[in-house]
Amino acid sequence: MKNRQTKPKGLAHKRLPRRALILGGLQAAFIGGLAARMRFMQVDQADQYRLLAEENRINIRLIPPTRGRIYDRNGQVIGQNTPSYRIVIVREDAGDLDKVIAKLSELIPLNDDEIDRARTEMRRSAPFLPVTLADQVTWEDISKVAVNTPALPGVTPEVGLTRQYPSYEDFAHIVGYVGPVSDYDLSQINDPEPVLHIPRFQIGKVGLEAKQETALRGKAGAKRVEVNATGRVMRELDRQEGQPGADLQLSIDADLQEYAQARLAGESAAAVVLDCETGDIRAISSAPSFDPNLFVRGISVADYQTLTQDKYRPLANKTVQGTYPPGSTFKMVTALAALEAGVVGPSNTVYCPGYLKVGSRRFHCWKRGGHGTVDLELSLKRSCDVYYYDVALRVGIDKISEMARKLGLGVKHDIPMSAVAAGLAPNQEWKRRVHGEDWLVGDTANASIGQGFMLASPLQLAVMTARIATGRAVSPRLVRSVDGIEQPSGAGEPLEINRFNLDQVRKAMFSVSNSRRGTAYRSRIIADEFRMAGKTGTSQVRNITKAERAAGVIRNEDLPWERRDHALFVSFAPYDNPKYAVAVVVEHGGGGSKAAAPVARDIMLQALYEGTPPLEAYPAGDRERIKEQQKRLEGDRRPKARPDDKDRA
Amino acid sequence: MSYLEYAVKSTPSGFRKFLYMNWPLTLLLISAACAGFLMLYSVAGGSWLPWAEPQMERFGLGLAVMFIIALVPIWFWRNMSVLAYLGAIALLVFVELFGTVGMGAQRWIDLGFMRLQPSEVMKITLVMLLAAYYDWLPSYKTSRPLWVIIPVILILVPTFMVLRQPDLGTSILLLAAGGGLMFLAGVHWAYFAAVIAAVVGLIATVFNSRGTEWQLLKDYQFRRIDTFLDPSTDPLGAGYHITQSKIALGSGGWNGRGFMQGTQSRLNFLPEKHTDFIFTTLAEEFGFVGGITLLVLYTLILVFCLVTALSTRDRFSSLVTLGISLNFFLFFAVNMSMVMGLAPVVGVPLPMVSYGGSAMLVLMAAFGIVQSAHIHRPR
Repeated sequence: MKNRQTKPKGLAHKRLPRRALILGGLQAAFIGGLAARMRFMQVDQADQYRLLAEENRINIRLIPPTRGRIYDRNGQVIGQNTPSYRIVIVREDAGDLDKVIAKLSELIPLNDDEIDRARTEMRRSAPFLPVTLADQVTWEDISKVAVNTPALPGVTPEVGLTRQYPSYEDFAHIVGYVGPVSDYDLSQINDPEPVLHIPRFQIGKVGLEAKQETALRGKAGAKRVEVNATGRVMRELDRQEGQPGADLQLSIDADLQEYAQARLAGESAAAVVLDCETGDIRAISSAPSFDPNLFVRGISVADYQTLTQDKYRPLANKTVQGTYPPGSTFKMVTALAALEAGVVGPSNTVYCPGYLKVGSRRFHCWKRGGHGTVDLELSLKRSCDVYYYDVALRVGIDKISEMARKLGLGVKHDIPMSAVAAGLAPNQEWKRRVHGEDWLVGDTANASIGQGFMLASPLQLAVMTARIATGRAVSPRLVRSVDGIEQPSGAGEPLEINRFNLDQVRKAMFSVSNSRRGTAYRSRIIADEFRMAGKTGTSQVRNITKAERAAGVIRNEDLPWERRDHALFVSFAPYDNPKYAVAVVVEHGGGGSKAAAPVARDIMLQALYEGTPPLEAYPAGDRERIKEQQKRLEGDRRPKARPDDKDRA
Repeated sequence: MSYLEYAVKSTPSGFRKFLYMNWPLTLLLISAACAGFLMLYSVAGGSWLPWAEPQMERFGLGLAVMFIIALVPIWFWRNMSVLAYLGAIALLVFVELFGTVGMGAQRWIDLGFMRLQPSEVMKITLVMLLAAYYDWLPSYKTSRPLWVIIPVILILVPTFMVLRQPDLGTSILLLAAGGGLMFLAGVHWAYFAAVIAAVVGLIATVFNSRGTEWQLLKDYQFRRIDTFLDPSTDPLGAGYHITQSKIALGSGGWNGRGFMQGTQSRLNFLPEKHTDFIFTTLAEEFGFVGGITLLVLYTLILVFCLVTALSTRDRFSSLVTLGISLNFFLFFAVNMSMVMGLAPVVGVPLPMVSYGGSAMLVLMAAFGIVQSAHIHRPR
């Protein structure tokens, strides 16, 4: 039992209380030190640490702005934001990624490219950040995924906004399209806005979308969020709403645009309808076109190749980007230059034997036998070349070039579309500067009939026509209003051209399509209030050799497509009170009177009647054919909902 | 005084013992544990799982263990000391051979319902053994070299075993607790002076060993020392923990950010927020007031232990009580110094508050011995 006793403290253990107290004292001192340290940090230095803590946890996240919508002049939607369903995956939650993706691909069609891209993205980003697996998923597929979420860990359907163009091909060249910001885009911008760094943020790539990017984009909002050390958002502290992008209203009339697009279908062609009073572009169509929605969601290689390998070049915007020798449509310019210079009067005549000898070279008229004696009216009506060679040599290239510029050729018009070409209205100085050669008389002869160096885009031709029709410096306007604010009209100041001279040219243009032997007589408008004046043009894309001329010029139909002549037609109507100017270019279409004039007339009538024109407006002999055509085009235009709408929402 | 007389006169028996327990101490322990539950609830983002609820269960178990141990006469525990020490050594050997590797160290034995950390057990059994040793040793022999070397060996054996795991924090605590007990037992101060001199020499040696083939500490331990000396050099790497911990603590201010409002801890900026760094959360959410309150709570626990130790006439009871209170002190002093940036991050939990089963259970068992000493003190 000895061990059960505990030893009482004897005198020998006096030290214990003393040492216990010493140790206790040391402990107390240490605790005091801790308390002092705590006080120092939490009271004296609290502000400093609090600041550090704020910096630690608060992060600023951008709220992407809603992109401005695009309307036509009547408020029809052309570019809108639609909810787009996408499927995102969070790596952290997915567990076995391959298994989940395999399971998902059994449910809905998945694109291999997209999956590869998603995998790369996942490797780069934090494991808790959602990565898009499939974009633009249909509602049906989304439902399938939603129902099966328990079996698909980490996979969630999400809704966002994406750009959508409800009129498909019709506005592709005007509006262009948006696409996710690329590294290249960023490298092109100085000091890019932070919002551009949001992955897959859509910016305008081409066309109006690109040119009006700043207005359409708006200002990004920001939210302050609390994040943890790994960057995961824990909660939102406050938010500052951004400013949605401005809505744009175009000068385009969607119905007319749609009609023009349908009318041009099958050709590689361009048509521009200009409002003579305001310069509003009512329609500006380039055919063939493409579906801009393909680019929004990321075009497949196959689709892209189809577009680039098409010899009709659907991606090129022929209305502003394509420049063509204006051919005979340029003759008004030469005529006006000569009239203004006083080297020729309206009734002065020139004899056309079928050619003009300039130095040692013969310049031929398109009509082999010649037109005989021609005055101004006849020269335009029958499109005599020799008349223009002759007057051009008298007035000189510099005056012609000056007149061309006055009428809007060879100058770049300021409209928000991509790759707007300046065309070319050459003069002596230009040739010396660019080619280092002197201007030759032969160059003047070529230029006088819109060949040689002369180049103009369909838009420029329409502007030229509108300026001749009104005598004012009409300039094209594509955007009517930005965010409800009316943009300056393109009506323009009166041109410094003698009214009498303009009238003479207009009168001649009237004969072109209204007098029996005019080159566009077959494409006239019968309705009295809507009489049309115009000018045909056929521009060569090849040289006609002496040998060929001797043997007889090969007919267009016998040439390969790309060597045929371009067909052009410019017109304005009504003759006595011009409302619209229309320019049509059919690439390699053959003769202007045959290939371009009927198209221009149909579009003009469509514009004048603001819809399908009555058959009475057409010459009696054409009415049956036109009726057929109208029916066919109606059919072409009606199906708004495309078959491919169903599988892609 | 016969045993019978002693038993009848001085010791309460049966459930009457409950009345003679050191109730203020019990209440202080419960308060500290409650502070722990609250903080664990907070760091889990306002949820009883995964930490607060298991912790409460373990504290309940710990209380039961404390009561049971308290009811057993103190002499039994003295007689058990050697056995307990040997058992703890055996556990250390076992963990060395079969232990679970976690956080880069081999420390735990997985018992299924909890993970037992033998080094925690060793802290208490070492104190018990040394108390028993000095209880047995006639006091005139206390400072004789032979009788000094024996307890030194008893201390060093487990210390090196723990250091090998590697667990620098616990091994330092073992050394400090053992040394403290020898100091309390009355070993001549000259020994301590010699040891302190030796430690200084050792530290110099350790630092000189860096980068050589006989490097005495692991690289991560050296790095911890480096970042302790200047945490700002690597705020996102090695010094990250201390820097973040100091930001959290300092930003608490006078009143704190409010319960569950501690941004640093809730947002995972804090490492080990539920274990070693829980004090940071408390200081962030309850500020200086909260921190000081806990410190006062701890101090009161020490005071009650000291009073118990000084009021008993039994040498083992005195020594074991003081040893346990010293252990307790070392726990929170090292932990708080660590989170305040005064000591390197060595992985010592905050007693009664940090999440952790074995530390909590062992501590409650230790306080059971303190209670037993209090109940069974000779009157």
